[in-house]
Amino acid sequence: MAAQNAGNGAYWREHLRLLGALLVIWFAVSFGAGILFAEQLNEFHLFGFKLGFWFAQQGSIFVFVVLIFVYAALMRQLDRKHGVED
Amino acid sequence: MDQQSLTYLFVGLSFALYIGIAIWSRVGSTREFYVAGRGVHPVLNGMATAADWMSAASFISMAGIIAFAGYDGSVYLMGWTGGFVLLALLLAPYLRKFGKFTVPEFIGERYYSDAARLVAVLCLVFISFTYVAGQMRGVGIVFSRFLEVDIDTGVLIGMGIVFLYAVMGGMKGITYTQVAQYCVLIFAYTVPALFISMMMTGNPIPQLGLGATLSDGSGLSVLEKLDGTLVDLGFAAYTVGAKSTIDVFAITAALMLGTAGLPHVIVRFFTVPKASDARTSAGWALVFIALLYTTAPAVGAFARMNYIDSLNEKTYAETPDWMKSWETLGLIGWADKNEDGRIQVRAGAPFEGAPAFDDTARGPSGERTVTNTPTANGAELYIDRDIMVLANPEIAGLPDWVVALVAAGCLAAALSTAAGLLLVISTAVSHDLLKRTWMPDITDYQELRAARLAAGVAIIVAGYLGINPPGFVAEVVAFAFGLAAASLFPAILMGIFVKSMNREGAIAGMLAGLFFTAAYIVWFKFIAPETNTAANWLFGISPEGIGFVGTLVNVAVAFTVARFTAQPPAEVGELVEAIRVPSGAGGAHHH
Repeated sequence: MAAQNAGNGAYWREHLRLLGALLVIWFAVSFGAGILFAEQLNEFHLFGFKLGFWFAQQGSIFVFVVLIFVYAALMRQLDRKHGVED
Repeated sequence: MDQQSLTYLFVGLSFALYIGIAIWSRVGSTREFYVAGRGVHPVLNGMATAADWMSAASFISMAGIIAFAGYDGSVYLMGWTGGFVLLALLLAPYLRKFGKFTVPEFIGERYYSDAARLVAVLCLVFISFTYVAGQMRGVGIVFSRFLEVDIDTGVLIGMGIVFLYAVMGGMKGITYTQVAQYCVLIFAYTVPALFISMMMTGNPIPQLGLGATLSDGSGLSVLEKLDGTLVDLGFAAYTVGAKSTIDVFAITAALMLGTAGLPHVIVRFFTVPKASDARTSAGWALVFIALLYTTAPAVGAFARMNYIDSLNEKTYAETPDWMKSWETLGLIGWADKNEDGRIQVRAGAPFEGAPAFDDTARGPSGERTVTNTPTANGAELYIDRDIMVLANPEIAGLPDWVVALVAAGCLAAALSTAAGLLLVISTAVSHDLLKRTWMPDITDYQELRAARLAAGVAIIVAGYLGINPPGFVAEVVAFAFGLAAASLFPAILMGIFVKSMNREGAIAGMLAGLFFTAAYIVWFKFIAPETNTAANWLFGISPEGIGFVGTLVNVAVAFTVARFTAQPPAEVGELVEAIRVPSGAGGAHHH
């Protein structure tokens, strides 16, 4: 049965790849755009905001919300593909 | 109706609602008491999590901190929301699949060790009590400002309310009251923000208003005007920080990791029916949190601009009433250092320390006389950051009912967080210490009684801490996050993702992270506070951000120790594989 060793097999490897990709985005919008590169991004403007400042105070939060729902949706697909949905 | 009656009405109505829910949701089993029978809908759980998470500090203090710190305030915005991404992706679904009641229970079983469970209980109790003391204090302050009772009486009323629904209803009672409290607090937070945004920019959405052009005809956007005004007065520009990049990075990381490791937040995800629900529920929690957290920067910026406009270069007689009422409470103080009869808002502290007043005589303009030693700069006005959200509706001249609403919202924020914290403390005592460690033979009924008793005792201790706050409550909040980040978060994370992590590694890691972080904070905050400057910090990281380094220390020690000690037993490997897949979780139970 697929569920038996899914915790360390193909299901888990695909899951880790997905987590990695999402965490890269998580890092990029907050630590990247909001902190490390905020100064450079502040040269650009969006809706009256300096871009780096916007990412630090609003943009990163919006992306976080989207990330979690994308994760939940993609995981539902992955669970179904491997027959391990609850 | 006047302001006072309106406040009584709003606060009274909201309390009646919470008590009604408490009576409706009484519980009869430990399963209901600890995890609400695991039947909570993911959206409702998200709402409850949001109320649980957003404390008096989020509600009252955050916008004030942002108002004064500008860009540097972003560490709280990103730190306290980004943690939910980690929670949703790395912890919540697997812990829900594990299907037990508490965080120490997971650590105890995953690391096949009573010692590991006890270390986790120790971290949990310390983190939670630190936090709850601040909440009770917040309740007391709001009561004293809006209901005109003294702070201690306010704390006692708050204790009574929490006692009713936490002891009767356990997690189930708390969950449904938190849902109601979320609705009250978010309404109370956003309504004044909509009004103010509309007044200042013509755009009612505060998130857009912050970037919009001012409707005062200057043609400048809010942030441009604010940057310009602040720089003219000698402050740092609003959109550029004063902290070093590495410190901003470390504080944000410590707050994110700490958020994901806070037991009272994690345990909320044990209440949903399925592991996949834990994922979506974390998303909903963040939606509800983001509503407040993206409003806060707008509230902060508008408040900063409004208060400078209404006070700077004004005579005392010209200042609005709110200035005088907060001055009466000692949270605003003006020293006319250049004796020109006008208030100068400038960068720097106007005098040393918080204002002390001499009430035997008034100053030449009629102001309260400040007795502190004046500083050499041109600043004359002291304003406590915590009053920004509370005073904002008054500053912007909003109607009385909005001010009353803010009082009810603030109490909702403080009470919901206090209840969530008290529940994890009582659960740790009755379940992790009694049932799992000392008295495994007690029946479900006895355990439930012990849980209620523990909740009662925890409330009394919390109330005591609220009435007699340790002088360093504000300081120890950084402690709570740092310790959660350096102890519980890595232990849980490695428990799920690193199958070979063993008992010895996990315990050594938790203790190393805990002691490293605690020692650093204690040194700079309590033993040698005079050395607490960037030059003395490790890598330039302040005590607020050191939890991030503590996390790395934990992981490094854990891997090193695990390399040289015995592999975990085979059953543990099976347990880890089982929690990684959603299928086969215990079913829900409807109520």
